[in-house]
Amino acid sequence: MTMFEGILLTIVTAATPLLFVAIGELVSERAGVLNLGVEGMMAVGAVCGFAIAHLSGSPILGIFAAILGGMIMASLFAVVTLIFVANQVASGLALTLFGLGLSALIGDAFVGIPGIGLPKIDIPGLSDIPVIGSLVFGLDPLTYLAVAITIAVSWFLFRTRGGLILRSVGDNHVSAHALGYGVVRVRFMAVLFGGACAGLGGAYLSLVYTPQWTQNMTAGRGWIALALVVFASWLPYRVMIGAVLFGGISILQLHAQGFNVPIPSQFLTMLPYLTTVIVLVLISRNRTLLRINTPACLGQPFVPDR
Amino acid sequence: MGTQPNPAGDDFSKRLEGVATLSAHGITKDFGALRANDSVDFSIMPGEIHALLGENGAGKSTLVKMLYGVLQPTAGEIRWKGKPAVILNPAAARRLGIGMVFQHFSLFDALTVAENIALAIEGAGAMSQLRDRITKVSAEYGLPLNPDSVVADLSVGQRQRVEIVRCLLQEPQLIIMDEPTSVLTPQEADDLFVTLKRLASEGCSVLYISHRLEEVRAICHHATILRHGKVVAECDPKQETAARLASLMVGEEVRQLNPPEPVPDSAPVRIAVHGVSQPRPHPFAVALDNITLEVRGGEIVSIAGVAGNGQDEFFDVLSGEVLAASGTIEIDGNDCRRQGVNARRRLNAAFVPEERLGHGAVPRFKLSQNVVLTRNGTREGLVRTGVVNFLGARSIVGRVTEAFDVRKGTPDPEAAALSGGNLQKFVVGREYDRKPGVFVVSQPTWGVDAGAATTIRQALVDLARAGSAVLVISQDLDEILEISDRIAVISHGKLSTPRDASGITREEIGLLMTGVSDDGQGAAHAH
Amino acid sequence: MRIELIRRPERSSAMSLLSPIIAIVLTVITGFFIFLAIGVDPLEALYIYFIEPLTAWWTVEALLIKAAPIILIAIGLSLCYRSNNWNIGAEGQLVAGAIAGSVFPILVPEWNGPLVLPVMLLMGIAGGMLYGAIPALLKIRFGTNEILTSLMLVYVAQLFLDWLARGPWRNPEGYNFPDSREFDGWQVLPVVFGDDVRLNAIFVLIAVAVAWFVLSRTITGFQISVLGQAPRAAAFAGFSQKRMVLMTFLISGGLAGLAGICEVAGPIEMLRTSVSPGYGFTAIIVAFLGRLNPVGILFAGLLLALSYIGGEGIQIVLGVSDQITRVFQGMLLFFVLTCDTFIFYRVRFVSTRRSAAAEATP
Repeated sequence: MTMFEGILLTIVTAATPLLFVAIGELVSERAGVLNLGVEGMMAVGAVCGFAIAHLSGSPILGIFAAILGGMIMASLFAVVTLIFVANQVASGLALTLFGLGLSALIGDAFVGIPGIGLPKIDIPGLSDIPVIGSLVFGLDPLTYLAVAITIAVSWFLFRTRGGLILRSVGDNHVSAHALGYGVVRVRFMAVLFGGACAGLGGAYLSLVYTPQWTQNMTAGRGWIALALVVFASWLPYRVMIGAVLFGGISILQLHAQGFNVPIPSQFLTMLPYLTTVIVLVLISRNRTLLRINTPACLGQPFVPDR
Repeated sequence: MGTQPNPAGDDFSKRLEGVATLSAHGITKDFGALRANDSVDFSIMPGEIHALLGENGAGKSTLVKMLYGVLQPTAGEIRWKGKPAVILNPAAARRLGIGMVFQHFSLFDALTVAENIALAIEGAGAMSQLRDRITKVSAEYGLPLNPDSVVADLSVGQRQRVEIVRCLLQEPQLIIMDEPTSVLTPQEADDLFVTLKRLASEGCSVLYISHRLEEVRAICHHATILRHGKVVAECDPKQETAARLASLMVGEEVRQLNPPEPVPDSAPVRIAVHGVSQPRPHPFAVALDNITLEVRGGEIVSIAGVAGNGQDEFFDVLSGEVLAASGTIEIDGNDCRRQGVNARRRLNAAFVPEERLGHGAVPRFKLSQNVVLTRNGTREGLVRTGVVNFLGARSIVGRVTEAFDVRKGTPDPEAAALSGGNLQKFVVGREYDRKPGVFVVSQPTWGVDAGAATTIRQALVDLARAGSAVLVISQDLDEILEISDRIAVISHGKLSTPRDASGITREEIGLLMTGVSDDGQGAAHAH
Repeated sequence: MRIELIRRPERSSAMSLLSPIIAIVLTVITGFFIFLAIGVDPLEALYIYFIEPLTAWWTVEALLIKAAPIILIAIGLSLCYRSNNWNIGAEGQLVAGAIAGSVFPILVPEWNGPLVLPVMLLMGIAGGMLYGAIPALLKIRFGTNEILTSLMLVYVAQLFLDWLARGPWRNPEGYNFPDSREFDGWQVLPVVFGDDVRLNAIFVLIAVAVAWFVLSRTITGFQISVLGQAPRAAAFAGFSQKRMVLMTFLISGGLAGLAGICEVAGPIEMLRTSVSPGYGFTAIIVAFLGRLNPVGILFAGLLLALSYIGGEGIQIVLGVSDQITRVFQGMLLFFVLTCDTFIFYRVRFVSTRRSAAAEATP
């Protein structure tokens, strides 16, 4: 494997968790729910995945545990914001704090234990093709899953009736209610999906990216994924582009550190965060694009008349 | 829709015997302590255009929402073709064969026409098929639509078309229309009436909700009149005078306004707008195009027009919430185009926006705080060195509520706790209290009861008589014709030359509304 | 069974007062079960967590020391949140204040006179303000989401501090520890009370009093509320949204910066790679728990400081990770937000059978 291939591969592994989390949040935001708790859901997913994989010896079980963990966290958020119509921004922050704390609490017993990595899929013959072989056919199964979920979400949102209903709820919840659609039910499911995806993103970190558990191992990736959704103007395929872009930046700064570039490592580590700010500024300058794609009811509480 | 002949024929005087399409028996709906509908009985026959008349707040919308399954009755029974029916939700209503066109459209701005329609039809099938059906049905009923347009780009009239086509595609036996003409020009309304009559002739029933008596008398076969949630009368509207229908709705003879006196030409111009243009702030707004208008002291000038033709944008530019890009705006001779809303208030101008809650008043603020809202910069002692005198604001609340008979439960309640009519009286009264020299008011009586409307209109007339210039922006033609000295029409962000109210007909106003060019007086006659 | 919300005609003043208390009680009850699940005696744990810190004078002082920065920051955040500006980057503004305030004691250590502390404090405030101005200006100029930008800038500030403490500002005589030189003499915040309670406790009291007056009596406080509740009505009242975005970010950034320099010049007495255990985030909870009201925030800040001390105590005595503090804090915020719903809504429980007939949506 050449070094170039190696870099490309690590970019893909850095992009995958972002893609999982962002695509889940995209669905939730398309339904009109702004869940700022992704960082917390991701952390809980990471620790659940690691813990169950370690205890059972099966990374597959770990992945399911991560999904479940993310969904339980999401359901907390959904109950508070959808049933008790609490402020979504503040509730999301609460979920982040709660999730980071809970994951650290659970993970206390697992610090320093080597984890069980997920085996890569290796299709003999195909993965030996130069450059694209290992990039297209030699990845870990979760990366394929992330791409498959993105394609499925795109298809669901824009090609199915369910997706149409979900978008309608995010666009105008009063009208959707008047037509007889269960606004709260649709949103609840969208938030749960977001939680499942955030859990998967977390599991990717603790089972594939760096197979171990450390406190705060999400390192703001959940927040970057939130920014990715805005960057992508709520379109799934653009989330994929954005994830690779951000994955690339975080990997390049790692390699730059490895090559002893005469820039302090702290400044290189800042890059993904600074890039996020710059990208957000650039994207928010294009108001027309944002106005057309932003779900009109994003963050708005809904209480039906009775 | 069947093809049976119009059962009522052309003789509307007697109703057809037989099984009603839909009937309500003792329908009651309580919202907490409030009884919105009280034991309502009525029935709609096949092929009948049935008017549901009543003031705002009489319970029409509540009743209709129950028929469409949005709300559930507290007591009573709905029968569909003689059989008891529980309409659990709108989908169930649609399955029975009930369609509804909402007053405030239930459309999704970000979606296409076809997607909007697909949402309302269960088992809509493939999108391509649906698009074909939309094109076919819309052409058949004279309601042309492009299924791939995004709704945000459509005019208000086109949006209503989407709603109607959406209804028609479900082949309903009953169509409920909630105030359908409130957003249409008179000509568009006439087109709608043709569609409705055609539907009725095919045996479809129409429940037509309105408080516009003339149109009810023109097209409806039967009328049920609601007042305070109860049915007070049933009649054939063609056999009644408009005045009698009005008194049935209101419950008393309608109080007449004392009309304003003619304004001499020598009266000073108090607000003058010259060549004001303003690019649209966002893609879905309307640009203002070279607007010129003068209002003299002592006169009421009204701006008519269909919603969404630049009224909001013009109001914002007049009030100074948005500063116009070009032109001049003078209040009593002072150019204030680049000055904000409080500077204009200090020139003794006052403004009442269309939206009561959220624009004219903060819903969760007490009335006294809402007094401070518009009078914080008027240098009348409510704010001194940055400190607010809430006691002074409370005394203003007392004065305003007394003068305008604002009914409230506590001395200083939150704005949201007031009924629409009472809040509107407060919002108008708050400005009237300052005796403004220039008064700009948008939709002064939108959604308020007749009593409050009369109080508010009388205040406008009184203000003009005392020498103020009053500028009214309204979509209510009846109101405009009742109170105005001169009338202008806004269309696509352009304002027509104002005409004397005594010399203009509804039809002429209607032509101006549709944007027929207005190069000088009487140009509309050329068409 | 399902839950329906019914809008109250007016806010319930009883619930306004009760809501935080109910939230605290619910948190304690849930905490009971969490301790049970971890396998420690829940009553003992709750005692160590919530009661024991109040039984000794030195822990009460420790509590006040922790509460001061939290309350200071939360006061500023409450102005932001009231006006619907979501500054969640107070932690970064705190760091910026700590760095800016440390410029003189680190670069000009020989300057040690009575003027040095006021200059440090002012520079700390200015640092926090400037750092808070970045998301505000981006929001005003480009409409950029301030939630994400203010948070991203936290990471940037922390990394910058890390670089300073390990690199250029490291104490050359510090045996390679990533710390700056120790502040001394006039460079240190004086103790005003007890053994360790310093001048910033006075700043807290001033901030609470000023914020209370501004919010309840002045046109500025009025503007903040109108802008938060009804932006269109604010424009109609002649209030500038953009000015208020900048103003609230400057105030909250300034207070966070003050809290930052007070930590560095106070309990820590030097600049380190980390100067705050997350006060900027805890302050978010405090702001909401105090219902965005200055006096409420005072009490909420004390309570949350208690949760830090209690968390440390529980780690020492029972060996439970002090991360339980964050769990409690997040939970408390959840409960507060939920209870706040009852200020504006009544809740009705409906049996599932009736609700099926009464409501199309779940």
